[in-house]
Amino acid sequence: MRAFGVGLALLVLASFASLDLQWAQFFSIDALRSMGRFMAEFFPPDLSPAFVQKVALGTLETLAMSLLGTALAAVAGLLLALPTRGRAPMRLLMNALRSIPELVWATLLLISAGLGPFAGTLALAFHTTGVLGRLFAETIENAPPGPAFALRAQGVGGTQVFFYATLPQVLPQLMSYALYRWENNIRAAAVMGVVGAGGLGQLLYFHMGLFHMGKTATVLAAMLLLVAAVDAASYGARRWLTR
Amino acid sequence: MDRLRDPAWAGRVFWTGAALVLLWPLGVATEFRPWQLFMPDTLKVTSRFLGSFFPPALSAEFLALVARGAWRTVAIATAGVTLALLIAVPATLLSARVLSISALSGRMARGPFWLRQAVRWMLIVLRSIPELVWALVFVRVVGLGPTAGVLAIALTYGGMLGKVYGEILDSGETHATETLLRNGAGRLQTLAYALLPQNAAELTSYTVYRWECAIRSSVVLGFVGAGGLGQELDSSMKMFNGSEVATMLFVFFGLVAAADGISGWLRRRLG
Repeated sequence: MRAFGVGLALLVLASFASLDLQWAQFFSIDALRSMGRFMAEFFPPDLSPAFVQKVALGTLETLAMSLLGTALAAVAGLLLALPTRGRAPMRLLMNALRSIPELVWATLLLISAGLGPFAGTLALAFHTTGVLGRLFAETIENAPPGPAFALRAQGVGGTQVFFYATLPQVLPQLMSYALYRWENNIRAAAVMGVVGAGGLGQLLYFHMGLFHMGKTATVLAAMLLLVAAVDAASYGARRWLTR
Repeated sequence: MDRLRDPAWAGRVFWTGAALVLLWPLGVATEFRPWQLFMPDTLKVTSRFLGSFFPPALSAEFLALVARGAWRTVAIATAGVTLALLIAVPATLLSARVLSISALSGRMARGPFWLRQAVRWMLIVLRSIPELVWALVFVRVVGLGPTAGVLAIALTYGGMLGKVYGEILDSGETHATETLLRNGAGRLQTLAYALLPQNAAELTSYTVYRWECAIRSSVVLGFVGAGGLGQELDSSMKMFNGSEVATMLFVFFGLVAAADGISGWLRRRLG
């Protein structure tokens, strides 16, 4: 463990040494003042009806992206988690899907899907398929084998064994994983617009770029409310599932 | 085939139908038109882009650039998590319920209670704002470069680590802590002799896991100008340079797999 400690210390030191971090500039009176001015400009948030309506539409779009992306990923993840033979290539595919972050998927998919929420939804679905596929596969593997074995011993085929024995056992767990990823995806969907893939992020990036700080504040507030609402909904749903 | 009739078919049909009805407006709202992907025009663009992935760019000059970018990505993540600890550790000490002396005799006194609530609210605010938004803000203040990325990771991850550290400490067995506190040990002594020995493995394991996540985040932060692999990837994407994108995606896979491997190995060793 000592070698680990030394290695860790070296990694941290090398990281700080090799990055040209501008602390002096960040903690200078100048930067603090501009930070203060920046924050002060957030107030008052722009609450004109026209803009609020635009933000509301963006919020709905973000919510729809996260829901549809998660739903597609749950279905695709289940399909990838199913095959019991030839698992290695599936695992490789899921790892590849998972290790590319949503936002990077979005930039790659923009070329085929074009600017807008469609690319963002697909990006969420791709990354989440990798994550959920792995979790689903583990859950299905760890399900108690008794009921499946009982059906199999009666001569029931593989598909039916899955639908009548394995799936009912693991479904609450699978749903709760999907809900948990939904909480993650609402956060990812909120910033997807920074690369042009739809949702609230697009409004945020646009208005922040033009220094419309009042409008930026409204968008940020909508983001925080949306994330909090989704967290609460998902928490409630998971409580209900594991009752 | 009467034997195979599904006893629950009505429910299944209903729920499938209900799910489709619910999904429909979502598809409309997200302009979900998968057939667009298979239009001849789109297919041509996609296949040209994917075709340009091969062969990946492997010139020595470009590889050096990618290696530098990859190191910066790791360095931003590491420095960010280190600074996040500076936020998370004091916040945990302030907000952990097990370290409350007044709570030993029933209800916590009002002052300490509100102090703990205030710290928790601060942590919630820190982690509710996505790191990308923090980075956008800091890029405005300190300019393009790794400082914005490090600060963004430090704030968001400080919020996450602080919350989870508090939960880990509060969820454990309280016998040892209570005994020490009741016998007049100070809070820091209690932390060092009761809480840390109990929870060190779990705390370390979660920190290492977060470091792994931070590496993924730091790639994304490159897209808004915080430097590292993400920034290189962004500029190659903008020039439709498929072969460079392919190389960087491979390096990125390797990086994530390595971080995954190191963090998995460490967590297994910690138990």
